[in-house]
Amino acid sequence: MKLSNKQTALVVLAALIAITPLFFPSSYYFRVGSLIFVNSIAVIGIVILAGYAGQISLGHAGFAGIGAYACALAPVHLGLHPAFAVVLGAIISAVMAYVVGRPILRLKGYYLGVATLGFGILVSMVLANEREITGGPDGIQVPDLGLRAIVKTMGLDLNNSEFWYIFSGLALILGAWVALNLYDSPTGRALRALHGSEIAARTVGIDVARLKLQAFIISAVYASISGSLLALQNKFITPDVAGFMHSIEMVTMAVLGGVGSVLGAIFGAAILTMLPQLLTVFAEYEMLLMGLVMMLVMIFMRDGLLPSILRRIRGKDE
Amino acid sequence: MPELMQFILSGLTVGAVYALVALGFTIIYNASDVVNFAQGEFVMLGGMITVFAHGAGMPLPLAAVIAIVITAGVGVALNKLAIEPARGAPVVSLIIITIGASIFIRGVTQLVFDKQLHRFPSFSGDDPIHIFGATLLPQSLWVMAGALVVFVALWLFFTRTLTGKAILATSNNRLAAQLVGISTNWVMTLSFAMSAGIGALAGVLVTPITLVSYDVGIALALKGFAAAMLGGMGNPKGALIGGFLLGLLEALTAGYISSQYKDAAAFIVILAVLFAMPQGLFGKKTTDRV
Repeated sequence: MKLSNKQTALVVLAALIAITPLFFPSSYYFRVGSLIFVNSIAVIGIVILAGYAGQISLGHAGFAGIGAYACALAPVHLGLHPAFAVVLGAIISAVMAYVVGRPILRLKGYYLGVATLGFGILVSMVLANEREITGGPDGIQVPDLGLRAIVKTMGLDLNNSEFWYIFSGLALILGAWVALNLYDSPTGRALRALHGSEIAARTVGIDVARLKLQAFIISAVYASISGSLLALQNKFITPDVAGFMHSIEMVTMAVLGGVGSVLGAIFGAAILTMLPQLLTVFAEYEMLLMGLVMMLVMIFMRDGLLPSILRRIRGKDE
Repeated sequence: MPELMQFILSGLTVGAVYALVALGFTIIYNASDVVNFAQGEFVMLGGMITVFAHGAGMPLPLAAVIAIVITAGVGVALNKLAIEPARGAPVVSLIIITIGASIFIRGVTQLVFDKQLHRFPSFSGDDPIHIFGATLLPQSLWVMAGALVVFVALWLFFTRTLTGKAILATSNNRLAAQLVGISTNWVMTLSFAMSAGIGALAGVLVTPITLVSYDVGIALALKGFAAAMLGGMGNPKGALIGGFLLGLLEALTAGYISSQYKDAAAFIVILAVLFAMPQGLFGKKTTDRV
């Protein structure tokens, strides 16, 4: 049986998630691993928006904030089970993306950048300032998902990090599968067409405005779910999850790894999530090195790390 | 009435700083189509270097000049080492490069200097001036005058000098500019030096009021970016008016509505303006080449 590119990508991803824990010396690595997966989910959303459709967002952390705070607030105020809170957060994010996206997706390049930036800042500001509801800048507790206890009754006793490693790993595989399918679907083709040239796409009858909006909504849902999983895993969340730097992190992870491909984006998320952990050794130099890595990769590996490395391996040098 | 006057005066002071940052954005954008997110770091460097040069015993004016010159050098280095090698890269990559540069500059500053808040004395004392029942620090006048002087100087430079016209020509069409004998590399160097120098000047002027530390740059860059977009990217007049408008909006929101949401008001107005005028207030309407 010959595997398609899509299937190969999923198999590689699943194998990596399954095999790497064999080499983990401590449960701290499970924690880093699950952080990588959670970040990857948001970054796949960016791949759909920026890599497929060619639109920028500097405010996607706003959606992550909505997803995260839905998990913190809905169980307490609405009596919703945390699992449904994830869904509620995704729905709110989708609706927000629809409402905000309709007017701002007409904007191009930097103008779209500043508009999405504004959206993200508004969300983080509301989260930081409405202390009575959100707990303000100090953050808020998030109820337990309760799934680990259920797994335990089935005879599988996992510690918190191990459980979240597996759970967010599965979520990531699901997210990657959806995104990879989207790539070859008629919608995905149309998105890539409008990325190439909006005018040409319109000429062949593609409803450009509707498609951009779809990509924006889908990527918002990814960001929202990523935020929810982060909140549930940490059992605590602060407005920083919706902050500008988090938005930039998402975009940087995607572009650093290779914004055109799902695997590349996951690779980027892995590198940028691990880098600060590695750099704590150099505490003082952390910022300096971080900035340097961002610049060097973008200058010397324009298509992102993974595509550049693959090209070198296959020997197709420029 | 005195209340309103007070809000307007503080809005104009902050607005002048935003305007200076936005003007810096505009110059680099015109020369290279790059929005330089490290622009706020120039303001920070201007303040920090002046603080330490002054602390080392130099007279304030000399310290300020040194800060501006060094920062201009940093701007040139940024262009040569990070922007020029990435010529032709997509917008997202350029955003990441300049944000990477801003994090890098912050990291270096924090190592070379420190993480403390600093200030140096105001230029003309700290006795407030009374205007219609409101008070104004003499230093605020320096900031506002700085923004206006820089704007007029830029306007004269771009309309009356050959070099200024060469920059405009380069922004219009790089290849055509090269064909008529303009050294576009020189234009880029000059633009980054000017932009960084103006940023540093803003830092020198505003530090006695707002203080400076290694991490003040990013907030200023975002506000300056927003101001430049509000006015219409690439237009110096738009940058000036966008900056003052943003400052006024913030001060009035902080005064009459809620100080916590002062940044929100600014961004809501920007979103509203962009909905109605996707090119900003004074931006040129562009069409795509197919």
